[in-house]
Amino acid sequence: MDSAIRTADLTRTFRKPAGRGLPPSEFRALDGVTLDVRPGELFGLLGPNGAGKTTLIKILCTLLYPTSGLVEVCGLDVVRDCERVRERINMVSGGEPSGYGLLTIREQLWVFSQLYGLTTAAALSRIDRMIAQYGLAKDAGTRINRLSTGMRQKMNLIRGFMTNPSVLFLDEPTLGLDAHIARHARGFIREWMAEDRTRTLLLTTHYLAEAQDLCDRVAIIHDGQVKACDTPANLIAAHRGGAVYEVSLAGLNGAAESLRATPGVTVSGLATDAARGSTTLRFTLPDDSALPAALQSFCSLGGKVLNLSKHQVTLEDVFVAIAGRSLGTDGENA
Amino acid sequence: MTALGRNLRAIRARAWIRVVAANRELSWLLFDTLLPALATAGYIFVYRALGAPAAYEAYVVLGGVMTAFWMNVLWGMAAQFFWEKDMGNLDIYMMAPISRMSILLGMAVGGMLGTAMRSTVILALGLVVFRIRFEVSGLAAAAGIFLLSLTALYGLGMMLSSLFLLFGRGAQRWATVAQEPVYLVSGFYFPLRDLGFPLAAASASLLPLALGLDAIRQTALGPGTGFLPVHVETAALAALAALFLLCARRTLQAMESRAKREGSLTLKWE
Repeated sequence: MDSAIRTADLTRTFRKPAGRGLPPSEFRALDGVTLDVRPGELFGLLGPNGAGKTTLIKILCTLLYPTSGLVEVCGLDVVRDCERVRERINMVSGGEPSGYGLLTIREQLWVFSQLYGLTTAAALSRIDRMIAQYGLAKDAGTRINRLSTGMRQKMNLIRGFMTNPSVLFLDEPTLGLDAHIARHARGFIREWMAEDRTRTLLLTTHYLAEAQDLCDRVAIIHDGQVKACDTPANLIAAHRGGAVYEVSLAGLNGAAESLRATPGVTVSGLATDAARGSTTLRFTLPDDSALPAALQSFCSLGGKVLNLSKHQVTLEDVFVAIAGRSLGTDGENA
Repeated sequence: MTALGRNLRAIRARAWIRVVAANRELSWLLFDTLLPALATAGYIFVYRALGAPAAYEAYVVLGGVMTAFWMNVLWGMAAQFFWEKDMGNLDIYMMAPISRMSILLGMAVGGMLGTAMRSTVILALGLVVFRIRFEVSGLAAAAGIFLLSLTALYGLGMMLSSLFLLFGRGAQRWATVAQEPVYLVSGFYFPLRDLGFPLAAASASLLPLALGLDAIRQTALGPGTGFLPVHVETAALAALAALFLLCARRTLQAMESRAKREGSLTLKWE
């Protein structure tokens, strides 16, 4: 098997029926997506909300049909061979409220293990080992409806891991978790991948640190299209032609948003401190020679430069350069 | 693990959830057992006040027993996918390498605990409190027809579940709207033939509950007030059971396919 996941020119369109004077309309969630994920890879799909990440993962998990194009998981077509694909995969979503409130963690995991045909002895042995490994041992008998968000997400991750899938899909696995729990979750993901080098994991996220930290390769997806695909290091290296700066400006008096329209400047972050009357702008230029013109433009809006610094290129900067907008969430979940 | 083994495990696990939940939330004993028994008792008192033949009291008790199974089919089985989606479990079931019929069957088997309890209480109420007598010689046949009715009934439930899968909350509303009319045209509390031939025939053609109840009444209480001869009703029930199970398999596949095409399987309700 050359590819764990392969898509070629994958398109998915949603039709919205006509209603109250409005004609029927179409929304293209995925537009010609071509991807090739190798066995053993931890592959990230990075994109903002609405980019098409979840739609793609649902198609790969046999929960949604593609409108057109080729989609294979473990060398099997997800439409024609969906039963055989299901035997080889599992999926966990972030913020997933699944389960039955009256069951305990251990009972709940046993129930889901049965859908994959694990014997009770094998299932419970695996569940107990993972519950201990992921720090849930003392809560194994706690009912689901009494779990915190973090504990519930740990349980969900175990649900995905315990069936030992060839390909595991994690859709925003750290969504809504605080930084500490998210770090733990990323640790579990790394451990699970390290246990067996043939396992493949596809992870969607809009947290840049997560993608940079975990993934062997990343595809940047925006407006349903794959804009770039490579290792985080290669993506950053390819972007080195640009220059990233951060400038603090005073005296803009409500004109801060106008900074976004400055010619030749791609803004990746804009924060205003009302108390101090200052605005901090992170932006990318094609090269250093464009800096004087950019500063002149800022000053023409009434801004006075308080501080200026040059920065290392991050995946966020790559994303902004490719998508023309910021994800706006980097660091929230780091 | 073979596909059959996996599906049997899935049925057991899904049924187990129902049983455990029932043991941990005992309030259902009041709502699902005692209150329906009171409703059945109410009808018996009405018939007694009107001086109706004693057989009518037995009709009511058997109707009350069958109501429990209808409720399990409608809310336990047909609406199951709706509830699973509401709880965030539907994706997990749909993605698992098991038949959708196994999930539904597991739910129905698990629901039998509550259903059997409700039926037993109503039956005990009839036998002990109201001293209703059944034809002992016809009980074996009645039990056979009862099992056949259940097969047809659960086949219908599986068919309905595919509608819930596709239409979600809309289907739930229609099921609520249809609940009382189904009670009426199934003859839960009176002989089916009292509906008149056209309505009784229409009901018997669509609702295995109506046919099964009428046949059970004839075998357990003796002939005289049945809509059709027992052997005809039994044959019709067998045909309905086969038809519904076959159609359920096809409609579940078709509806899942449509839901995956339209995206309604994965999108939140409304």
